[in-house]
Amino acid sequence: MTLRDIAVSNLRRRKAKALFVLAGLFIGVSTVVLLLSLVQAMKQNINHKLEMYGANILILPKTENLSLTYGGLSLGGVSFEMQEIKEAELDNIKNIKNAVNIAAVGPMLLSPITVGDKRILIAGVDFQAFQMLRPWWSVKGALPDEEGALLGADAARILGLTTGNSFKVNNKEIRITGVLETTGSQDDGIIFAPLAMTQELLGKKGRISMAEVAALCTGCPIPEMVQQISDVLPGANVMAIQQVVKGRMETLNQFEKFSYGVSALVLLVGSLMVLVTMMGSVRERTVEIGIFRAMGFRKSHIIQIILLEAAIISGIAGILGYLAGFSGTKLLIPFFAEGHGAMVPFNPVMAAAAFLLAIFVGLGSSAYPAFMASRLDPNEALRAL
Amino acid sequence: MKRIQGDNIAKHYGKGEAMVFAVKEATFTIEAGEFVAVMGESGSGKSTLLSILGGLNSPTSGKLMIDDIDVYALGQEERADFRRESIGFVFQNFNLIPYLTLAENVMLPMATLKGSRKRKRDAALHALNMVGLSEKAERLPSQISGGEQERVAIARAIVNEPPIILADEPTGNLDSKTGKDIMGLLGALNDYGTTIIMVTHNPEYAEDAQRVLRVSDGVLK
Ligand SMILES: Nc1ncnc2c1ncn2[C@@H]1O[C@H](COP(=O)(O)OP(=O)(O)O)[C@@H](O)[C@H]1O
Ligand SMILES: [Mg+2]
Repeated sequence: MTLRDIAVSNLRRRKAKALFVLAGLFIGVSTVVLLLSLVQAMKQNINHKLEMYGANILILPKTENLSLTYGGLSLGGVSFEMQEIKEAELDNIKNIKNAVNIAAVGPMLLSPITVGDKRILIAGVDFQAFQMLRPWWSVKGALPDEEGALLGADAARILGLTTGNSFKVNNKEIRITGVLETTGSQDDGIIFAPLAMTQELLGKKGRISMAEVAALCTGCPIPEMVQQISDVLPGANVMAIQQVVKGRMETLNQFEKFSYGVSALVLLVGSLMVLVTMMGSVRERTVEIGIFRAMGFRKSHIIQIILLEAAIISGIAGILGYLAGFSGTKLLIPFFAEGHGAMVPFNPVMAAAAFLLAIFVGLGSSAYPAFMASRLDPNEALRAL
Repeated sequence: MKRIQGDNIAKHYGKGEAMVFAVKEATFTIEAGEFVAVMGESGSGKSTLLSILGGLNSPTSGKLMIDDIDVYALGQEERADFRRESIGFVFQNFNLIPYLTLAENVMLPMATLKGSRKRKRDAALHALNMVGLSEKAERLPSQISGGEQERVAIARAIVNEPPIILADEPTGNLDSKTGKDIMGLLGALNDYGTTIIMVTHNPEYAEDAQRVLRVSDGVLK
C-alpha cells in the first residue's frame, strides 16, 4: 500500500468524476492538437508547393478583372476570355538588368477547344522551356516536337485517349505523343501542344495568353525582377508567384493566431471543469482526508494523493487527446489543403507536448483543490460525518 | 514508554456569544501502560479531550507532554509524524475507507512509510489475524458486519504498534456480545503494554479499566 495505490483505488471507485475530469482535459488537448497540426500540415503543404513550383514569375495580360488559377495556386477564379500578349515582346525580357538570373521563359497560349463532344483547354507551350518550368513532370511517352500533343492525366482519362491515339481539332489530326502522370495541379486537365502549332490551329499567330518565368536562384531579387519585367512589358501584368503564396501564408498565420486563441479558450474551459470537479471531490472526501490526517499523513501526503490522481487522469487525457486530434487532422486535412501531398506525419514533439500540456493543465487546475484538501483541519473533518 | 501529562489544558470553540468551553483547565497524568476509561454525559467534552490527547486538536491553552515531547509545540507536519508513530485512533464510526479492502484499510497507516508492499501486507494480515479477521482480508468494508468493521478499525490502529491507543466509544454502536469481544481485544492489547484511553458510556466496560476519568461540563474529576 502506497499513496499511489490509494490514488488509483479512488479513481477506480469514482469513475464518473474521473471521467468528467478526463473529458475536460481530453476536449482541450484534442482541440489544441487538431488546430495546431492542421496549421502545421497546411504550412507544409504550401512550402511543398513553393519548392515544387518551377516558375517564380507570371506574366499575364493587363485586364480589369482577370482572375486565374494555375499550378494549383489560387490566383482567383478562372477566365480564359482573355486578352493576349505579343510573343515577340517577350524578347525584351532578355535585356533586363537581372537577365542572367532568368533560367527559362515559357510562353503559353491558352484556349478552350472541342474534342469530340468535350470542351477542354489546350495550352500551346514551348516544351523546352517547360522542362525547366515543370521539373516534376513525368511523361509516359514522349514530348511532341513540331507536331503532336501531350495530355494531362485527367484530360487523357476524360477523352478516353492515350499515347499513340489521335484526335481532331478544326479538321487537324493531332497525334498524342505522351501522357502526363498525375501532378495534382491544373496541368492534369489540359492538352499541351507545341506553341507554333497551337497558334496556327487557333489562328493566333504571334500571340500568347501568358508566360511563366523561372528565376535561376534561391533568394533572387524577385520583387526587383518583377519590376524590371513590368518596365519592359508595359502592357502586361507581372507578378511573383512566391508573393501570392506568401500572401496565403499570411492568411494561414492569421488562422494560426486564431487557433491559439481558440486553444487557450478551450483549455481554460477544460481546466475550469477540472477545478470544479476536483473541488467537489475534495469536499466529498472530507472525512476520508480527516482519517488520513489522523493516521499521520502529512499535508504533503494529501497533496500528493490528489495530484497523483490528477496526473494519472491527465496523462490518459493527454494520450487520448493527442490520438483524437491527430486522427481528426487526418480526416480534415483534405478539406483544408489543395492538391495532393498534404501529409499529416506523426510528430513526436507534438505528441510529447500534448501529453505535457495535459499534465500541466490537469495538475495546474488541481493545485488549488489539493491545497484546500491539505488545509482541512483533521478534527473538524472527522466531525463532518 | 509513553507517559501522558496534561497541564492546565483548556479548549473552547467559536467566539463571543457562541463560544463553547469544551474542556476546562484539565490537569492529569496517565502512566505508560495504563487502561483509562473516560466517562461523562454527551457533550461534556470527552471527544474533545481525546482528540487533544491524540495531537489532532490544538488546545486553546495549556500544554500536553507525551514523554518529553511538547506535542503542540511541534509543527503541523511533525505532529502528523508523531500521530503516525505514537497514536492509534479507533473511531466510533469505524471510519473505514469504503473503496479499500480490509487489508488495504489496515495498511493505510503504513502508506506513507518506506518498505516493500509485501512487508506492509504481512503486517496488515498479522494485525487482522489478531482481531480474528485474516480470512476476510480481501473484502470491502460494506461486505462485513458492524462488529467486524470495529475490529478492522482496531487492527488498523495497532498495525504500526503505537504505544497509545485512543478509542472513542468503540462499543457504542455494537450489541453487547460484540461489545464484550472488543473490550477483550483492548484488554489484551493493554496486557502487551499498550496504553489505552477509551471513551465509553457503559459502566460495565469501564470496570475493565484500571482507572476512570469522569468529565462533566468540560471539567475532569
Ligand atoms: N469542532 C467543534 N466546533 C464547535 N463546537 C464543538 C466542536 N467539537 C465539539 N464542540 C462542542 O464542544 C462540546 C463538547 O463536545 P464533545 O467533545 O464532542 O463532547 P462529547 O464527546 O463528550 O459528547 C459540545 O458542546 C460540542 O457541541
Ligand atoms: Mg463524543
